[in-house]
Amino acid sequence: MKNLFQWISDHSVLMIILVLALIPFILPYEALATQMIIWGLLTLGYNILYGYTGLLSFGHAAYFGLGAYATGIVLIRTNCSLLAGIGAGVLVSCIGATVIGFFCLRRRGIYFALLTMAFAQMLYFTASIWESLTGGEPGLRNIPRPPLEIPGLVSINIYKPLRFYFFVWACVVVSLLILNRILESPFGKVLQGIRENEKRAKALGYNTNRIKWLSFILSGAFSGLAGALHTLYIHFVGLEQLYWETSGKILLMTLLGGPGTFFGPFIGAGVFLYLEDMISGFTRYWMIVLGPIFILCVLFFPQGIWGKVRDLADKNRGIPLERG
Amino acid sequence: MFGIPLNMLIFQLFTGLVLGMIFVLLAIGLSLIFGLLTVVNFAHGAFYMWGAYVALLCMGYFGNFWVGLIVVPLVTGAVGMAIEYLLVRRLYGLNPDYPLLLTFGISLTMIEATRILFGTTGHPFDAPAMLQHSVNFFNLFSFPLYRIFVIFVTAVIIFSLWLLLEKTNVGLIIRGGTRDSEMVRVLGIDISKIWLMVFGIGTGLAGLAGILAAPMRGVYPEMGIAMLVECFVVTVIGGMGSLKGAVVSGLLLGQVVSLTSLFMPEMSNIVIFIAMAVVLLIKPSGLFGISGLLE
Repeated sequence: MKNLFQWISDHSVLMIILVLALIPFILPYEALATQMIIWGLLTLGYNILYGYTGLLSFGHAAYFGLGAYATGIVLIRTNCSLLAGIGAGVLVSCIGATVIGFFCLRRRGIYFALLTMAFAQMLYFTASIWESLTGGEPGLRNIPRPPLEIPGLVSINIYKPLRFYFFVWACVVVSLLILNRILESPFGKVLQGIRENEKRAKALGYNTNRIKWLSFILSGAFSGLAGALHTLYIHFVGLEQLYWETSGKILLMTLLGGPGTFFGPFIGAGVFLYLEDMISGFTRYWMIVLGPIFILCVLFFPQGIWGKVRDLADKNRGIPLERG
Repeated sequence: MFGIPLNMLIFQLFTGLVLGMIFVLLAIGLSLIFGLLTVVNFAHGAFYMWGAYVALLCMGYFGNFWVGLIVVPLVTGAVGMAIEYLLVRRLYGLNPDYPLLLTFGISLTMIEATRILFGTTGHPFDAPAMLQHSVNFFNLFSFPLYRIFVIFVTAVIIFSLWLLLEKTNVGLIIRGGTRDSEMVRVLGIDISKIWLMVFGIGTGLAGLAGILAAPMRGVYPEMGIAMLVECFVVTVIGGMGSLKGAVVSGLLLGQVVSLTSLFMPEMSNIVIFIAMAVVLLIKPSGLFGISGLLE
């Protein structure tokens, strides 16, 4: 048992890639698996900021929505390829995160959380009044679905459930490899250092503000990628993607899975969406079940599902629990 | 001015004052709770919404707005105290993010419970009959009597709060606790009772704001959300933990929103965020903020 846990932790990227490759065959339908992996990617992006850097953002719907809208708009207005559309989504999210991050990071702690939320609301209202661009309340419809093509070589129609799932899976694999590289780098260690004690990181000579800003942008970029993929998946962008409830959902998934853990985001997104799917079979008011779950999570196990598993495993091995 | 008749401008200034007063009622509660308990009460908007719904129930049972005006703050205050005692209290002394997350969960639950009990659509809410007509000022413009009543009630509340905080022993303890709660405890004062009371006062005020706003802004489950975000902006601009800041920036933002909706209606939802960005650039700790508090 101990060795198994150690082995899983040591090969975390490989484990996630393998498990994610299996879930469309385990779950009752592929749509749920696709939802899980897209939201997992979004939560993964969020986890960089909250889990690893310790910055509580309440407005991550902004970057998810920016990526989704940018991809949708670019695909409708220009005749560009699939990858260019996704690239546009990521780029716009990056720019959005750069600007918003600049303002939000002028304050710390609680104020930071409130500022991120205020900026997300600002984007939400902007999208709702800028109808010529975003389609306003009814949302952005009839988004074309270009095939995945390498010019002169192949052109694949990826819009069949299982194919699309594995297209997203490939994007997630690339993201995971990049993220793993970043988190294992000295830069990644400084991020976690800032989470544990920002003053000390500063005293060691790190420009913590710039590092936090980079973390914010990085987190926005991954969230934007998730938004772009979401647009391709449902070929529609709705205003609710920018709404505060989306930000809350991302936060809930992160807490559920375990903030600051490598597996947490996908576990959180998976459990959340599975619960949502199950509960909404009984009642459309599924938040009445989720709200209390959220409260209990905060009160009794803020380290999340994977954090709990890790703590138990650490206890078995006699490692003190304070480890990050 | 800009081709807009003077009477419309004055009317809009009054409307801004009413909106500002609602902002102030909510922001004072947020600010008090934050200053003393260092809890950002994310459920504040939900208490505001419950205030309106409890008022709706009172109208149903008693057919009387005035009973509601007394009952609502008592009910939302009591619910707030119960939540503080049973849930929020467990998290004191931990990372300040946790109470924020907790009250966010409470807010989700409260909103969803309201949707289940009262439906997802809005309910009409009439101002009391004796306040339904308008008052004419110098034949220049007329203003609904109910809104003047709201200004009056809020002014009385703000004044009594000021008396409570500045002129009583309890107020002294609250102010002391905001600066250094450990020191207050060392002096032999059971500050947990004060925490309970302040949470109750804050949520009670939120409920009161809810019933006062109901005839003007309608009653629906999500009514507290936009309001909460706006009040966060008010407290960030005014400086959290500062009463003066809450009052000044609440009134200021009321005018900003109301004047924008006169000159550029489509910008009215966005302008407060621009104001916030500007203030943060010039003075990061807010207008009256204690810099460094919980940062």
